[in-house]
Amino acid sequence: MAYTEKTRGIYSEILTGLKEAGLFKQERYIHSSQSADIEVEFPTGANLKKVINICANNYLGMSSHPEVVKAAHAGLDSHGYGMSSVRFICGTQDIHRTLENMVTRFLGTEDTILFPSCMDANAGVFEAILTKDDVMISDRLVHASIIDGIRLCSAMHDTFKHSDMEHLEEKLQLHNDKRLKMVITDGVFSMDGDTARLDKMAALCEKYDALLFMDDSHASGFIGKTGRGTHEKCGVMGQLDIITTTFGKGLGGASGGCVSGRRELVEMCRQKARPYLFSNTIAPPVVAGVIKVLEILSASTDRRDKLERNTEFWRKGLTDAGLIIKEGDTPIVPVMLFNAKLSQNVSHDLYEEGIYAIGFFFPVVPQGQARIRTQISAGHEIHHLEKALEAFKKVGKKYDILGKTKAEIIEMYGM
Amino acid sequence: MDEMKDVIKNYVIKEYVEDDTEITYDTPLISGGIVDSFSMVSLKRFLENKYKIAIPDDKATPEAFDSVDKICQLVGNYLK
Repeated sequence: MAYTEKTRGIYSEILTGLKEAGLFKQERYIHSSQSADIEVEFPTGANLKKVINICANNYLGMSSHPEVVKAAHAGLDSHGYGMSSVRFICGTQDIHRTLENMVTRFLGTEDTILFPSCMDANAGVFEAILTKDDVMISDRLVHASIIDGIRLCSAMHDTFKHSDMEHLEEKLQLHNDKRLKMVITDGVFSMDGDTARLDKMAALCEKYDALLFMDDSHASGFIGKTGRGTHEKCGVMGQLDIITTTFGKGLGGASGGCVSGRRELVEMCRQKARPYLFSNTIAPPVVAGVIKVLEILSASTDRRDKLERNTEFWRKGLTDAGLIIKEGDTPIVPVMLFNAKLSQNVSHDLYEEGIYAIGFFFPVVPQGQARIRTQISAGHEIHHLEKALEAFKKVGKKYDILGKTKAEIIEMYGM
Repeated sequence: MDEMKDVIKNYVIKEYVEDDTEITYDTPLISGGIVDSFSMVSLKRFLENKYKIAIPDDKATPEAFDSVDKICQLVGNYLK
């Protein structure tokens, strides 16, 4: 017990610095379940406000789907609340293996291992598979959890410019003497909503005898004609060596993640991945819920089809309104504002209009690329999106950014 | 040595600079945030392949890679 005033002062100073720099994160309390319509207490102590949520990863609207909730209840009744154990001691139930087999079939891989989260999957997978004789070559915009996993691995690490296939090929040539080479990418990039050029990457990996790794957290369940993910969209099903993904977004929204891929690589994770070995098994109700999600998505593409239609409507609506969005076709639709303060002000005003969307700025995105990241869901109805569009138009008009170019916005508000 | 400086400077620009940031021989590369420590590995491998040298890992520090001038000094130590 030596938490002195001096120690307290050190941390208080750091936290004050974060506030002064505009980097302090403040949670908003949601009093309802996750859905298109939510009730929010913000700021803390304020009356509850009903708003439309357009910033959740609830792409397929599964977070509060009645059949999923019912299945989770049933799983709680039949298999209990928790296992009080890691998987390999006494934490593996029949439903854990059932889910692993279902994910394997869904993603079109050879085998799957569950992790407490995709963050854990990414933290453990590289260290379990690669050694100092190997090299990891990652896209420069991969998710933070991959960067953390790479840091924990003894293999050499290099990067290639975002989606630059010529640069990737140079790196594969540069490191051709290594025992194993692994190319690492996101399927859909979470900040820009663009898609990896997986067909080109798979061809390069074939040419240079490299493994191909993809984190498909922002794609599983809805990207591709039957929602299998970015590898389906790019026509390379079966050619990925490792896919990591989450059950916290399209595939349910609760928690959990996995490594899916070549049988031996999955088995290496089962033997060596530390977040798997030293962390509790996924809770039974969550496992039962994800099983139901996969049953629903395997039986019908209705939800991903609706998400695709909603996304088209939303992207066209924003563009027609004269706002600048990042081009693409995924439900991650960044509205570009370029200036950090402007993104905070627009987010604040949208909230006043009943729309919940958050501003992202440096260091989460590069300097001068501040934005409101909107995320569309199959849980949205057209009336939700129409109301959100009206709010964007009203706020956009207030700040005089409708129909303006990037240069004009920067001239008015700075970078 | 001047030729080596230009070879290294051009490599740094091609590899790491994605906007119009100007690079001179003494521009701080790592402490200036132009080259991240992850990406140093490709620079090290480039130098080793280009000049047929082996730079020990404990000498390939962020300080030793922090400018074109310093990189040239480092390479010079291992040239035969």
